Amino acid sequence: MAQGIDPIHQFQLHDLAGPWNIAGHEISFTNSALFMGIAVALVTGTILAAAARGELVPGRLQSIGELWYEFVHNMVKNVLGHEGKAFFPLVFTIFSFVLVANMLGMFPYFFTVTSHVVITATLAVFVVALVVVVGIARHGLGWFKLFVPSGVPMVILPFISLIEVISFLSRPVSLGLRLFGNMLAGHIVLKVFAGFVVLLGSMGFGGIIGSIAPLGMAVALTALEFLVAFLQAFVFAILTCVYLNDALHTHH
Amino acid sequence: MDPLAAKYIGAGIACIGMGGAGIGVGHIFGNFLAGALRNPAAAGAQFTNALIGAALAEGLGIFSLVVALLLLFAV
Amino acid sequence: MSQSTLAVAEATTTEAPAPAAAEEGAAPATTEGTGAEGGHGGFPPMDAHTFPSQIFWLVIFFGLLYLLMSKLALPRMEAVLTKRHKAIESDLSKASALKHETEAAIRHYEKSLADARANAQGIATETRAKIAAEIEAERSALEKTLSAKLAEADARISATKAKAMQDVNEVAAETAAEIVSALTGAPVSKDQAARAIAGLKG
Repeated sequence: MAQGIDPIHQFQLHDLAGPWNIAGHEISFTNSALFMGIAVALVTGTILAAAARGELVPGRLQSIGELWYEFVHNMVKNVLGHEGKAFFPLVFTIFSFVLVANMLGMFPYFFTVTSHVVITATLAVFVVALVVVVGIARHGLGWFKLFVPSGVPMVILPFISLIEVISFLSRPVSLGLRLFGNMLAGHIVLKVFAGFVVLLGSMGFGGIIGSIAPLGMAVALTALEFLVAFLQAFVFAILTCVYLNDALHTHH
Repeated sequence: MDPLAAKYIGAGIACIGMGGAGIGVGHIFGNFLAGALRNPAAAGAQFTNALIGAALAEGLGIFSLVVALLLLFAV
Repeated sequence: MSQSTLAVAEATTTEAPAPAAAEEGAAPATTEGTGAEGGHGGFPPMDAHTFPSQIFWLVIFFGLLYLLMSKLALPRMEAVLTKRHKAIESDLSKASALKHETEAAIRHYEKSLADARANAQGIATETRAKIAAEIEAERSALEKTLSAKLAEADARISATKAKAMQDVNEVAAETAAEIVSALTGAPVSKDQAARAIAGLKG
């Protein structure tokens, strides 16, 4: 029973192969890695299968692939403009990876890759580091003018700059934690409500009647979680675009 | 006070912050809706901005949730 | 409602040992703590011992996905879309070219139609004029011959009439001379009679 309603158990990692070690760090093939692999296979398989026929009038699968492609393409084009073309594969990869990982997590007994803070934080730090690298590569040290907004009185400029720097540094934190928190909280809440159903159901007839309420709640939350799974992938991708926009166009 | 109890109390207090995020997100979508009803033609183009704003506001609430979770499980 | 609050209470109590276990259970072997039922070491997402493995596999799979997307999948997708785009564009341009062609053909047709109409009208008027002239000429010729014949006939009639009148006069003079000579016994010449008749007529 305790096992059944433990809302944290779903985030447990298991070694599927290993333990392997590289330089003293354990890099065993866990269920997290397995689901990352599944996500990669799903994305690649879907896009390749959609593009394989290449018909003039798309079928169902091809329509999905084209919708997917066009969605991210429009997002990159709207936020980054034409210079963003080089970043389209990256944004597409981020969006697809996060989306499929989130969606895979909605299946019972499946592991949610994005519910671990390391994954989301690594992605977020990678994005912000890329912003810094691209910004400096494009604009040189002039890119740091990003932190010195124009038209601000000299007296408060240091404070404004300090705030800008802090807000920039908080980007990877917020970007990573947002996805992580959403996925984690959603799955915990889902599990807690499912646990209520089990608990009440074991209390006899009255309990079974009473368990209808949390069951309905769990169903509604599942629908909400599907929305959140998509929305967070979208938000992650579009914030990636917005941050990359800072690297490409510094002028305010 | 029992440290365990303090942890739980702290986690509960941290979760109050999520209410602020809720207010913020509601504010954003409420204002978006009000604007959209006044000028429905411009609503579609701004929905993305509304989502970005909601995501940014919600992120702060998630921070407090993470603090609560840290208090509960990690500290 | 009291039931669900009770459930909350129970759920939290089942979680309660978790942090305690984390504190005492000195975190190693958390990744391997799969079999141990209650013994989940702390909070899995915050468990630093799983970080290297996750980052390692994330880098591998994310990099793999990026390579697959940027080198393989997205160019193909783009090729499909540009193919469609080009096909639509060429179809559209072909359609517009055909439309232009049709319009030109229609213009050409209308022009030739108008030409033909004008031509036909010209021919008709010409023919009409020609026919009218012919008719006129024929009529005038006919009239001329007719009037000539008429004049000739008139002349003949008047000649005949004059001759007939002269004959009548001669006959009358002869008869008158005969009658006078028979009545009077005096010979009357033909000229005397004629003069007398002329005097009568006078």
